[in-house]
Order: sequence, then C-alpha cells, then structure tokens
Amino acid sequence: MRVTTTVNGTEREVDGVWPGESLLYVLRERLGLPGSKNACEQGECGSCTVYLDGEPVCSCLVAAGQAIGREVTTVEGLAGDGGLHPVQEAFVEAGAVQCGFCTPGLVVAAHDLLERVDQPSDPEIREALAGNLCRCTGYEKILDAVRLAAQRQAAR
Amino acid sequence: MDFLQPRTWQDALALRAERPDALPIAGGTDVMVEINFDRRRPGALLDLGRVPELREWTPDDGRVRLGAGVSYARVISELGERLPGLAMAARTVGSPQIRIRGTVGGNLGAASPAGDSHPPLLAAEATIEVVSAARGRREIPAAEFYTGVKRNALAADELIAAVLIPVASGPQQFCKIGTRNAMVIAVTAFALALHPDRRSVGTGIGSAAPTPRRAPEAEEFLAGELADAGLWETRGPLPETLARAFGDRVAAAADPIDDVRGTAAYRRHALSVMARRAATWAWNDYRTDSRKAA
Repeated sequence: MRVTTTVNGTEREVDGVWPGESLLYVLRERLGLPGSKNACEQGECGSCTVYLDGEPVCSCLVAAGQAIGREVTTVEGLAGDGGLHPVQEAFVEAGAVQCGFCTPGLVVAAHDLLERVDQPSDPEIREALAGNLCRCTGYEKILDAVRLAAQRQAAR
Repeated sequence: MDFLQPRTWQDALALRAERPDALPIAGGTDVMVEINFDRRRPGALLDLGRVPELREWTPDDGRVRLGAGVSYARVISELGERLPGLAMAARTVGSPQIRIRGTVGGNLGAASPAGDSHPPLLAAEATIEVVSAARGRREIPAAEFYTGVKRNALAADELIAAVLIPVASGPQQFCKIGTRNAMVIAVTAFALALHPDRRSVGTGIGSAAPTPRRAPEAEEFLAGELADAGLWETRGPLPETLARAFGDRVAAAADPIDDVRGTAAYRRHALSVMARRAATWAWNDYRTDSRKAA
C-alpha cells in the first residue's frame, strides 16, 4: 500500500507499506527518521511521541494508513535553521538527559505543553509528561528543563 | 491484510457487511497494540477515522448523542458539564497522547471488563446505537451490551454509530484504583450517578467481573433508604452507616478474580470503599447544589 503524508513540512511518499504497519515504523525504517524511538509498542512509554495534525500522539499506535494526507512533525522537525529549539536547548542545559532514549518523546511532549500553556505549574508539567517514561533521571532534571524553557519563553 | 478507509458512513457500513474479517479501528490505542504484538491478524483493518459524523456530538432530547469517534480529550474539554461521570473517567484514561486518540466507541468495541468508559455509561443508563447496512439501526442498553470478556452484543455486520447518554440530572462520581495516576489499567473501578429527578441511583462496576456490570440491589437499596428517610427532599447528610451498607452491597454485586493486577478479595474490599466514598461525595454535591439553588 502507498502512504503519502507530510512529514516535517515535506510531502513524502512510501510504497510497499504493510497495512498493519505503524506510523512509527514508517518514520524510522522507511523515511530514515530514527529520532522517534521504538520502545514499548503499546502506548505506555511515550518515546515515539510525534505531532499528528498538531496533536501529540504515540506514533506506534497510529496505523500508517491513518496518517495518509495528514501532517506529521517529528522531533527532527522541531529545530529551526537557527539551531536547536529552546525546549531542546533547555534539556541540554539542565542535564535532563542520561541514556537519552526517552528524550525525543519528552521533548515533543514538553514542546506541546509550552505551545498551549505559557507558564505551566508543576502539576501541569507532570500531567503533560505523564505519558512519557524515563528510567534514568528520576524526572527532576526533566522538570527543571521544562521550567527553564517556560521561563525563557515568557521572557521573549 | 487490507486497509479499508471509507469516507462516508454508508461506505463504512457496506464494507463492514462485505468484510466480516475486517477489524474496525478508531484511535488505534487498543487495536494497534494487538497488531504490534502479533496477537491479532485480521483480514483487514477498517479505519473509521475518516467518517466525519462519527467525530461529532449533538444534544438529543435530554441526551447527548456522542459519536463513536469522539476522543476522550474532547469528552473532557467539551462535555464535562453535561456528562460529568464520563468526563471524570476520561481524565483517568492512559496519558495525554492516549486521550487524544482513544474514543468511547473504541472502548465499547473492545469491551474489556477494565475499560474506563463502561462504569459511567452503566451508571448514567446510556444506550449504544449500532447500525447495519441490511437492518438499519437499533439501540442497546449499556447493561445488555457487554456479553462476556472482551465480547459485546454487536452482530458481525454492525458498527457502533454513537452512544446516547442522558444529560446528568444530579451529581456523578467515578473512582478507579491503580498503581499510579497515569497509564493505569483499572485494578477495579466504580461509577455512581444520582438521578434526583426520578429519585434513583445508578452504578457501574469495572474490572471486577467478566463484564462491566451494574449493582442493581445496591442501587435500589440506597434510593429506597434515601426516600424512606426523606433525604431527597430535606437534603440532610448521608448517614455513615447507610454509605457503608451501600458499599457492602456494591462489593457483593461483583464477581472478581485473582490476576496480575490484584486479588479478588482486594477488588471486593476496594469496591466497598470506593462505593462508600463515591456515594458520600455525590451526596455532598447534591446538598451543595440545593444551597446554590436557594
């Protein structure tokens, strides 16, 4: 089956997609975008979080055909020509990364939160990141990174 | 495997009838797990995501007609006032990512005894609107919809069109036990609806029997005791002994098993506590409503 979808602003066409295939598989294995991570394949970990038509979803639970004609933004699409997105910079500066496997999903989830809420409270941050598991950091540095990104966003 | 993607409801019903081997997929939050883990290999996936009317809800003569494809996120943001019990349950589903994709119709299709939608639908006395191309539409009361573990009353050629849910006429509550707040499949869950307009009580039990179920004796007991004591009218406090006796009757209505998420004994105990608390919270809301009205 053929899947045509807009990924990070560019229309992409893929042939030979198996109808049970996930959007995550198409992104990683067919389009060479390995930023979204494949961990649990059941929506538990959030490592594969991408935007689908502007909403954060687990790409492992989206059938490839469901993305036909839609707009997908992956973690690779967040950085602009000027370098990393402020959320990404905040993750680096706060040391919110250890093994790094959960980072792309957390960056997309945090990006979505800050698009919707200017100055999120701690409970709002926790709620927004509740679908993303990290097994290294204990989350404290991740919360620091989101607070830092929010401060800078407010200052701009 | 084929991927069927109808653009209209008529086409969806025709495909459902032609392809009994097709598995309907809405948000994919249950179906894709089964595909990813090789637990199911249907002949086709029938994607209902492009059928516009499934994504709409409309007021319908004192009810909400909730299209089967409306997401949990929208139930929370758009229907919290009209359907407070369902919205409370929706807030406990998975994570933000799951609530954006997951739908009440999908929950009904999967018919897991642990599905979060089922207890509030039972407590509110919702009906499920199902349609086949050959025989048209019929309405199935939620209490008759669940027929076994992950089984429902749908015929092979039928699709779920909508859920018809009475707008709340009184306070509603939802409680759910799990190991954390997010990403939890209920160990057990309980929903309660007070229906002051007809002096009755609705209940729904989740994850404590082969199917979601009501606790009819507990409902009649609580409504009757409230009536006998004149409490519907006076809006006096709910006696602690009555709340406990109600909790015991809810627990007695369950038929739980031991499994990886909890033991049968724990589930029964948790249900009695949740039912007591839910009744107390809902009754306190009912009393506050009267003060607001006055």
